[in-house]
Amino acid sequence: MQVTANQVQGPAIHVQGLEKSYKKLEVLRGVHFDVARGSIFALLGSNGAGKTTVVNIVSTLLKADAGTASVNGFDVATQAGDVRQSISLTGQFAAVDEILSGRENLVLVARLRHLKDPGTIADNLLDRFSLTDAAARRVSTYSGGMRRRLDIAMSLIGNPPVIFLDEPTIGLDPQGRIEVWQAVKELAGHGTTALLTTQYLDEAEQLADRIAILHEGRIMVNGTLTELKQLLPPAKVEYVEKQPTLEDVFLAIVGDDGKNGDAGNDRSAGTDK
Amino acid sequence: MTKHFFGDTAVLTGRSLRHITRSPDTIITTAIMPIALLLLFVYVFGGAINSGSHSYVTYLLPGVLLITIASGISYVGFRLFLDMQSGIFQRFHSMPIARSSVLWAHVLTSLVANLIALVIVVLVALLMGFRSGAGVLAWLAVAGILILFTLALTWIAVIAGLSAKSADGAGAFSYPLIFLPFISSAFVPTDTMPGPVRAFADYQPVTSIVNTIRDLFAQRPVGTDIWTALAWCVGILIVAYIVARAIYRRRIA
Repeated sequence: MQVTANQVQGPAIHVQGLEKSYKKLEVLRGVHFDVARGSIFALLGSNGAGKTTVVNIVSTLLKADAGTASVNGFDVATQAGDVRQSISLTGQFAAVDEILSGRENLVLVARLRHLKDPGTIADNLLDRFSLTDAAARRVSTYSGGMRRRLDIAMSLIGNPPVIFLDEPTIGLDPQGRIEVWQAVKELAGHGTTALLTTQYLDEAEQLADRIAILHEGRIMVNGTLTELKQLLPPAKVEYVEKQPTLEDVFLAIVGDDGKNGDAGNDRSAGTDK
Repeated sequence: MTKHFFGDTAVLTGRSLRHITRSPDTIITTAIMPIALLLLFVYVFGGAINSGSHSYVTYLLPGVLLITIASGISYVGFRLFLDMQSGIFQRFHSMPIARSSVLWAHVLTSLVANLIALVIVVLVALLMGFRSGAGVLAWLAVAGILILFTLALTWIAVIAGLSAKSADGAGAFSYPLIFLPFISSAFVPTDTMPGPVRAFADYQPVTSIVNTIRDLFAQRPVGTDIWTALAWCVGILIVAYIVARAIYRRRIA
């Protein structure tokens, strides 16, 4: 895409002094952060912390009251068209079409992105996200994990350099969550920049290169996981019997083909420290 | 992004037409009420109504066609509301497309769905004895007026769909529109009505549209009614379009 070639300088996402109020409710009170190219940045916060508001502003769906934001070097307020060319939005509020089939959803997005040969693009993505068998079925028959996988596949069409994942695993069962995590890791492996919002701390630990905590409309801390951990007193060494987590038990019983096992192990190792 | 307006509108119209073909009940329910009215008024009340015309179904059809449109457009508001609720609008709006094509796709889909329902109602009327000697030009004129009326009401439905707080609200606004033809020349000549009612009936848009279509079917000269009818349709269309666009801009800003 020519727009990406022209805009290789600077951070993929640059947010400065963002403010937004809904009537008297101040949701954002000066939010600053940068996201480096090719990294996964997690915006962590409780419900109502303003994560979705940030995503809506940087994806040109909402206007900020004050502050600036740019994506891929384009200003979200004055160059909205170029920003939309550079991004895609997925997750909590960006729906897939339930009445269409999975393949039709992908073809629809490929057509709207004005790409050649939408059918081939759709078939390749169905294959990559293990949805080929369900391709012709209506999305309303999909499981939660399949739907989010389709959602992420839709946002990869046209290879936008920046992807917004707004609470991509909310409401999913543990298997669906791991499916989505693998999809996100895969797209980060292709050099895509991702801004991830989540209220699940382990999700940020699993996926993100940098983590920022949004609280009461401001970024309270922003750093790598190691940096954030250093903010608290150093860990004490304690001997704790290593027991399987409930998630390990659940996944062992319901079975997940063993291919997702490492995600669970990483997490139990993390709790030992 | 306006260079993609027609392409994007075509793609999105294809999407919502698929929704209709996968749940054709919306077209069937649109056609059922007008057909029931035709049956009721022709075979139950019709004997007692003196319309001054030898075939009551022929007298009745123009008004019933307008009722068909008024009930059909309520689905536009409904579909629009669902699209906004589900978040699919947000996906579209975050993509490099011509944003107004999202609305136009719903409007064109409404037009197609209503035309199908209108054809079904006309076919039933033919079975019931509706006859017209109207030529191709007169039929085209009738189709043109019905399309204009559909577009005008559809943009009103877009306003309702964009501003509704619930799915029920998005559809409910059309009830008064469905009843408008009852206080017009659609079922009985207006000169049988008491003074104030007659005054309302004579000067509301439906009467002029009904009279125009009736004259076209009967191969009579249309008189000034056609200009009144066109002025109403175009006027409503322009005002509703401007208001809908303004609300849409505010909703997506």
